[in-house]
Amino acid sequence: MGFKFTKNHEWVKIEEGTAYIGISDYAQQHLSDIVFVDLPKVGVKLTAGKVFASVESVKAVSDVYAPIGGTVIEISEALENAPELLNENALENWLVKIEPADIAEADALMDEDAYTVFCQHAE
Amino acid sequence: MLKRTPLYECHIDLGAKMVDFGGWEMPIQYTSIIEEHQATREKAGLFDVSHMGEIIMKGSSSRAVLGKLVAADLDALAPQKIAYSFFTMENGGVVDDLLIYMVSDTEYFLVVNASNTDKDFAWLKEKVAELSPEVEVINYSDDYGQIAIQGPCAQDILQKLTKFDLSLIKFFTFATITVCEEDVLVSRTGYTGEDGFEIYCKPSQATELWHALLKAGESDGLAPIGLGARDTLRFESALPLYGHELSADITPIEAGLKFFVKFGVDDFLGRDILERQVAQGTTRKLAGIEMIERGIPRDGYRIEKDGQDVGYITSGAFSPTFKKGLAMVLLQTDIVQIDNEVDVVIRDKKVKAKIVKLPFYKKVRK
Repeated sequence: MGFKFTKNHEWVKIEEGTAYIGISDYAQQHLSDIVFVDLPKVGVKLTAGKVFASVESVKAVSDVYAPIGGTVIEISEALENAPELLNENALENWLVKIEPADIAEADALMDEDAYTVFCQHAE
Repeated sequence: MLKRTPLYECHIDLGAKMVDFGGWEMPIQYTSIIEEHQATREKAGLFDVSHMGEIIMKGSSSRAVLGKLVAADLDALAPQKIAYSFFTMENGGVVDDLLIYMVSDTEYFLVVNASNTDKDFAWLKEKVAELSPEVEVINYSDDYGQIAIQGPCAQDILQKLTKFDLSLIKFFTFATITVCEEDVLVSRTGYTGEDGFEIYCKPSQATELWHALLKAGESDGLAPIGLGARDTLRFESALPLYGHELSADITPIEAGLKFFVKFGVDDFLGRDILERQVAQGTTRKLAGIEMIERGIPRDGYRIEKDGQDVGYITSGAFSPTFKKGLAMVLLQTDIVQIDNEVDVVIRDKKVKAKIVKLPFYKKVRK
C-alpha cells in the first residue's frame, strides 16, 4: 500500500502491519519553518479523526489528526530533536508508528492522485 | 474588501504569502520567517509599513492640546525630534501607542497603529473639539506610503540613494531629504531592535523607492521582510504591540514602559493613576520567560505557580535568534524574580519555564 491522505493533510502508510503517520508536503509548505513537534507517549491510543499531536511553526500551532486509530508503539525522536526535517521531507519523516486497530479505516482515505487534486482545489 | 498598500503589486511579484492584518492585505512572509528574521539581524531587511496611520495635528494651540492627550513631556521635544508615547485614558490604560514627530509647536505628525487608525482619529477629533476647536486634526494615512529599512547595513544601503549625510539623522530624529530625486521624510526609528530608518513618501513614490532600495541593497544582502518576522523581531527586543502588551486595560507602567511615560507640565488623562503606579508599584507587571522544558509558549496561555493562576502570555513565540521558546508575560508582581520557575499551561499540560530579563535581545545603538 502507498501513502493515504486525509483532508486535514496527514498521511498514513501501512507496512507489515505497522502504520506510519506523518503530515503532507502541502501541510509543511503551508506551515513553513517548523520548529516544534508535540507527540503523544508510547502506548497512547489514537482514534481516527481525533487530534493526537501538534506541529508548530514560528508563529502558529497546527493540530494533527489521526488518519486511523491504533496504539502508539514508537515516536520520532529524530523529529523531536530536529523538527525542521519536516520542511525538508515531510513524507520521509513519520511522527509516530502505531499498531492499527483496524486497517480498513485507511480505505476511506485519499490515495496520492486524489489528494493532489484535493490540494489543487484547496488553493 | 481588504485595503491594499501602494506596494501590493511588489509583494505579489515577490511571491509573498498575503494575509488579512487589521483589514489590510499584507505580506506575512516572502521566503521564511526565520530567514527574514536573520537577514534583518545580520544584514538588512526592507518592510512595507504603509498600513501605519499618519495623523497631523496643527493649529496655534497644538502644543497645549496634545499635552493633554499623551503621556509625554512635550517641552523636552524639539523640532525634528521624535518621542515614543501613548494616548492615555482616565484609567491609565492606553488608546494606542504612537510616535510623535514634532514639526513645530503648532504642528505634530503622529504615527499610529494601522488597526487603530480609525479609532484613534475619531477619539482625537472628539477630544480636540472639547479642548480647542481651533486645532485641526487630519487623517493623512492614505496620503503616505511608508517603507522601513532595518538592520546593521541599513544606513549604508540608504546612503547609496541620497547625498544627505545620514549620520546626521540621530536616533529618534527625522529630516526631509532627497532620496532617488524625491523629497521624503526619513526618521531613524523602527520596530526591530536594530538600527534603521523609516521613510515616509507619497503613495506614488513608494514602488520606485522600494525597487531602488532592493537594488541598492542587493550586494549587502537586503531582503524583503513580512509581518511574521516583523513580529518576531519586535518581540525579541520586547517592543510592545498594542492589543498584547498594551491595551485599554493594561497601563504603560504595568507593561514595563515607565521610561517612556514622562510627567512634564501637562495634566494628561490618567496622569494621577500612572504617577501613583510609579510611586507605589503595580500588582502585576510584564516579565520575560524562557522555557525550561520542551514547548513553545503562545499568546494567551495561562501561567501558574504552585497550581495558582498568576498571569498570562501577552506575546510568545519560538525565537529565531535564540532558537527557543520565549514569551512576554503579564504576571503578579510578587512572582517576578529572575530565575523564578513557573508553569506554562500548554494544551492542559504544565510545562516548566523560568523568568528572565527583558529584552531578550539588545543591540548597542549608534
